[in-house]
Amino acid sequence: MRDVAVVGFAQRQMKEFEGSPTCVELLVPIFAELFEQTGWTKDDIGFWCSGSSDYLAGRSFSFVTAVDAIGALPPVMESHVEMDAAWALYEAWIKIQTGEVDTALVYGFGKASAGVLRRTLALQLDPYTMTPLWPDTVSIAGMQARLGIEHGRWDARAMAAVVAHSRTSSLDNEYAVLKGAMSVDDVLAEELYADPLRRSDCAPVNDGAAAIVLAASERAGEASTRPAWITGIEHRVDPLHLGARDLTRSPSAAAAGKAAGSAGVDLAELHAPFSHQELILREELGLSENTRINPSGGALGANPMFSAGLIRIGEAAKRIWAGESDKALGHATSGPALQQNLVCVMEGR
Amino acid sequence: MRVDFDYTRSLGPVLSQFMTGLRDRRILGGVLSDGQVAVPPPEYDGSTHQPVTELVPVGDEGVVQTWAWVSEPVDDQPLSVPFAFALILLDGADVPLLHAVAVDSPAAMETGLRVKVQWAAETRGAITDIACFVPVGASEVVSTSSSTEGSSITEGAVTTLITPVNLAYDYAASPEESKFFRGLAEGKILGQRCPKCEKVYVPPRGACPVDGVPTTDEIELPDKGTLTTFCIVNVPFLGQKIVPPYVSAYVLLDGADIGFLHLILGVDAAEVRMGMRVKAVWKPRDEWGTTIENISHFEPTGEPDADYDTYKQHL
Repeated sequence: MRDVAVVGFAQRQMKEFEGSPTCVELLVPIFAELFEQTGWTKDDIGFWCSGSSDYLAGRSFSFVTAVDAIGALPPVMESHVEMDAAWALYEAWIKIQTGEVDTALVYGFGKASAGVLRRTLALQLDPYTMTPLWPDTVSIAGMQARLGIEHGRWDARAMAAVVAHSRTSSLDNEYAVLKGAMSVDDVLAEELYADPLRRSDCAPVNDGAAAIVLAASERAGEASTRPAWITGIEHRVDPLHLGARDLTRSPSAAAAGKAAGSAGVDLAELHAPFSHQELILREELGLSENTRINPSGGALGANPMFSAGLIRIGEAAKRIWAGESDKALGHATSGPALQQNLVCVMEGR
Repeated sequence: MRVDFDYTRSLGPVLSQFMTGLRDRRILGGVLSDGQVAVPPPEYDGSTHQPVTELVPVGDEGVVQTWAWVSEPVDDQPLSVPFAFALILLDGADVPLLHAVAVDSPAAMETGLRVKVQWAAETRGAITDIACFVPVGASEVVSTSSSTEGSSITEGAVTTLITPVNLAYDYAASPEESKFFRGLAEGKILGQRCPKCEKVYVPPRGACPVDGVPTTDEIELPDKGTLTTFCIVNVPFLGQKIVPPYVSAYVLLDGADIGFLHLILGVDAAEVRMGMRVKAVWKPRDEWGTTIENISHFEPTGEPDADYDTYKQHL
């Protein structure tokens, strides 16, 4: 295995992006920021990989338009996944492992505000027996939350504690769209929106883009004085049908965490778009009381589709660069009710 | 902006039986390797990965396992007034089904509630043949809409499923696109020049695809140019506005560095050729808006054809 590290990270998030759904205008300054961080130019990047969805953009091949932001002449080696860009990062990591390239730039973008996100996401369900009912994301999460509450796995108070922690941590995150000190009682005083969920149990719908630069050991030192070395990256998937698994658990998160070596991390950035999902992830990843969780505020502070998972990896890497963490994990999820999970474990050396 | 598309999917042996059952108002579950019965039946067993071959009928009543209140239903959900989505364990099944329960308020919902199927007025071989579930003992609700999913096969096995999908978008123009469309409303074609490579793009883009930098210098282009490449559209398709055959072509406006896709009319399709000089035909001014449709089409100018060398870089 080649040693590969995260050496650059940039993001932009906002409640509503006023530009085009392809987010080209958002990506241009992000790439510029990464070139400044690493001291590299586009010629130093061996592979480009993005995560986005045409269903969000409302036009076909929207990721091709986004390639404009690269300035792809002479032609570049490029790929795309219709998933959160954390999975694009996985592809880029594999590409570097093949030895074909030494560096990669991974980016994700999405303008969820253009449509009705909780409805659009019904298109990721089984098209025969689920999508025709248009089960929205919030309802699916609500059914999951109630199962956990009624089976005694967590309660409304524990969920509210996740929200309060997120809102308070988000104060230090310039990109969080929901922030402000909040107590558990403040959260519990809110009325129910999608019984058993309160609005604050749900991640905001917002827009944004983010990008990460990866480099193999031969190049990483040029771009960073303390690279975040990827010591394990794995993703797993559970069955799509909600009835086919115990929704209060996430076997795929546990399996990905175990395979990636999540034991002993001192910091974790978890991609939990609903408060109770953070509780599931903490348990499945075996995070102890001593693990610092979501110092960025996590997805409840801001959850830009197709980059929120990548941002978790970037936020975790940032803490390693700064010397705040020696071993951190970034987690990304996709699909309904934590169906798909990716865990990236990084270490500072 | 609305995007509409009907997805037509063929059904394998398992889903074909399941959908045929629904059309005939029977619910079938699949027998898994451990003997458990799952509704809807999966095509393959989740643990052994073997095909599911045995389907058995289950009851049309069941018990709510978990639920969430939908206080603000979105388009095309089973009910347009607040309702509950629930996982429902049908009598005789071991794996619950996702569907809607029609009750007036969350106070009327609880885990353990017994519910029964309310069939759609017309069944077509789709999951929406089950309009919703209602509490056992409650009166049936009037279905808000009949099923638009499914097939029109009324006898024999249902083998396809048509799922209409429509998505609405608030489509924002980028700053560059906005200037372009505002220019069109005044009869101008506005492009932008890359400050680095000096190439002129029309319509303007968010970034120069060569250099990856914003294109900032605005430039007005003439409505005349050279046809670089084209295709003759002979195939009719949904939403087509012009009777085929007609010509769709890239026009390289004089002074631009990128082709501009538009229609070529006013000339026999067989006469259209690469290098042909063309000009925009604008609609009457009172029909103009902030749209590319202000230009009805392009037609030949009658000038001699452009030299191949002048457009060979643009093919």
